[in-house]
Amino acid sequence: MACIEARGLRKTFGPTVALDGINLRVEEGRILGLIGPNGAGKTTALNAILGLTPYQGELRVLGRDPWTERDRLVQDVCFISDVAVLPRWIRVSQVLDYVAGVHPRFDRAKADSFLAKTTINRARKVRELSKGMVTQLHLALVMAIDARLLVLDEPTLGLDILYRKQFYDSLLNDYFDRSRTILVTTHQVEEIQHVLTDVMFIDRGRIVFECSMEELESRYLEVVVHPEQLAAARALKPMHERQGFGRSILLFDLKLAHLNRKQLVAFGEVHTPNIADLFVAVLADTPGDKSGHQAGQVPANHEGAPR
Amino acid sequence: MNTQSNAMSESHLESQVAAPVVISGTRRMYWSLRRELWEYRSIYIAPLAAASLFLFGFLISTIHLPAKMRSLSALDSAQQREAIVMPYDMAAGLIMLTALIVGVFYTLDALHGERRDRSILFWKSLPVSDLTTVLSKASIPLLVLPLLAFTFTVALQFIMLLLSTAVLLGSGLHVATLWTRLSFVQMSLLLLYHLLTVHSLWYAPFYGWLLLVSGWARRAAFLWAALPLLAIAIVEKIAFNTSYFTAMLQHRLGGAAEAVVAPGTLPMDPMTHVTPGHFLSNPGLWLGLAIFAAFLAAAVRLRRYQGPI
Repeated sequence: MACIEARGLRKTFGPTVALDGINLRVEEGRILGLIGPNGAGKTTALNAILGLTPYQGELRVLGRDPWTERDRLVQDVCFISDVAVLPRWIRVSQVLDYVAGVHPRFDRAKADSFLAKTTINRARKVRELSKGMVTQLHLALVMAIDARLLVLDEPTLGLDILYRKQFYDSLLNDYFDRSRTILVTTHQVEEIQHVLTDVMFIDRGRIVFECSMEELESRYLEVVVHPEQLAAARALKPMHERQGFGRSILLFDLKLAHLNRKQLVAFGEVHTPNIADLFVAVLADTPGDKSGHQAGQVPANHEGAPR
Repeated sequence: MNTQSNAMSESHLESQVAAPVVISGTRRMYWSLRRELWEYRSIYIAPLAAASLFLFGFLISTIHLPAKMRSLSALDSAQQREAIVMPYDMAAGLIMLTALIVGVFYTLDALHGERRDRSILFWKSLPVSDLTTVLSKASIPLLVLPLLAFTFTVALQFIMLLLSTAVLLGSGLHVATLWTRLSFVQMSLLLLYHLLTVHSLWYAPFYGWLLLVSGWARRAAFLWAALPLLAIAIVEKIAFNTSYFTAMLQHRLGGAAEAVVAPGTLPMDPMTHVTPGHFLSNPGLWLGLAIFAAFLAAAVRLRRYQGPI
């Protein structure tokens, strides 16, 4: 069963279209990164999935309609966001008691053992903790809940790199298993590249790109082209060209351009592109006024002349 | 890494095999109420402070108690009772007034505060429905505060009675007048009746309105609660030169004593003829409760759509 399934998911705020008919399917046991610029519709999509906002179109999360069946769905779904903050007045011990009191799938011992690894004092109020500690506390609560879907909306915003690394390490090592699904949005894309199993780009309320990480590695290739071979490389219709280390770096979609790795190795050093570069390439080639992109379809106009 | 993830999936399976814990609505309500008491500690601190303050004043006044009791012997029994009961009524009045003020300010902030500090999304990420949350917040002014006011008042009055007895015995006077004129149990039962009828059932529509405004207003909830009422009264006055709305509000605020006890008697007076039948058959009570239910339903619905502000 798909964990999340949407068909024609649409949401408007007055004249503003936040979600413009999204189709998506997230299988169980995946870690999907939803990447997009500010205002692309990420948070609206997450809110619809979490049943926090009504929507048009069809949406099923764990087989349920999140808006009408929210009260039942919420037992199986967890949520950490930069916005959904823990109340500042609550004590650490109180929030543990409260979640243990209301959540049927909360394992108090698990939360305690996770907190024991931190320096968080139970008698403290949330307002007395640093931002990193608050996130650790929230993560401890969420990891102790045996949920089937975890939604993370910019979970590490404003944290230093140590806390960020620790956050994703804990998530992978102590929480994730193949029966859970994680949906994460973040602007710190490079840091989660190794965490994800799938990636999806959203722009102006549409999904403009989606692929699994295995596919990304086999299908997309960046070449740091020797200057003398630039013209020959450009003739092979790269998706995107950028400058770096004083060289031109060309990004190829091997499948679309009917190329293989060997042909490109001749032009220079090749490597798998990181998500951020791929994101820039896809979005640069996605003019706002063209509206032909469907979910699951790579933008068709890769042939656009490299800049 | 591999063994670790294996261990994880095993423990995951175990927890799935184990019978799922079922959490009853009562338990969710209990924790929701505890949450309110953690967040708004003034709910019990303010009445407690009022009680302490009163006790402090009363303690000083016991200096004059022996002289007062001696002078009472010249009066008839009704006047004696009035003089003896007065400080006990004042104690009850002060604590009830405090509870009312706390109730108003609490209710105005109850659904506003969680949106203002953006914690609403955290609360919504837990399996507690909007209905449970709103009901728990409504039951603070309607049940928790009246019961706390009752408990604190009875405790305070009992301490006052013990203190008076000690002072009178210490100065070699009889305590019989004090104990016979002050029927403690009857006084406490009347207080409970007054709190549950007037403070809870009769004032319910006010709290419902405040809760609704609290869930709706983005800022200045107090103004949004008061101004529409004023506006309706003014428009009615200008347009029709009548003041039914004002009269209705006045009746709701001040007419409560008449509704629960026979007219012309103080609610705390032990001689009062308590008229619960009259109170329960008053259509005004049921109309008020219906309006309260409508406000509450609107507040629940509003909370579903509301995010942080």
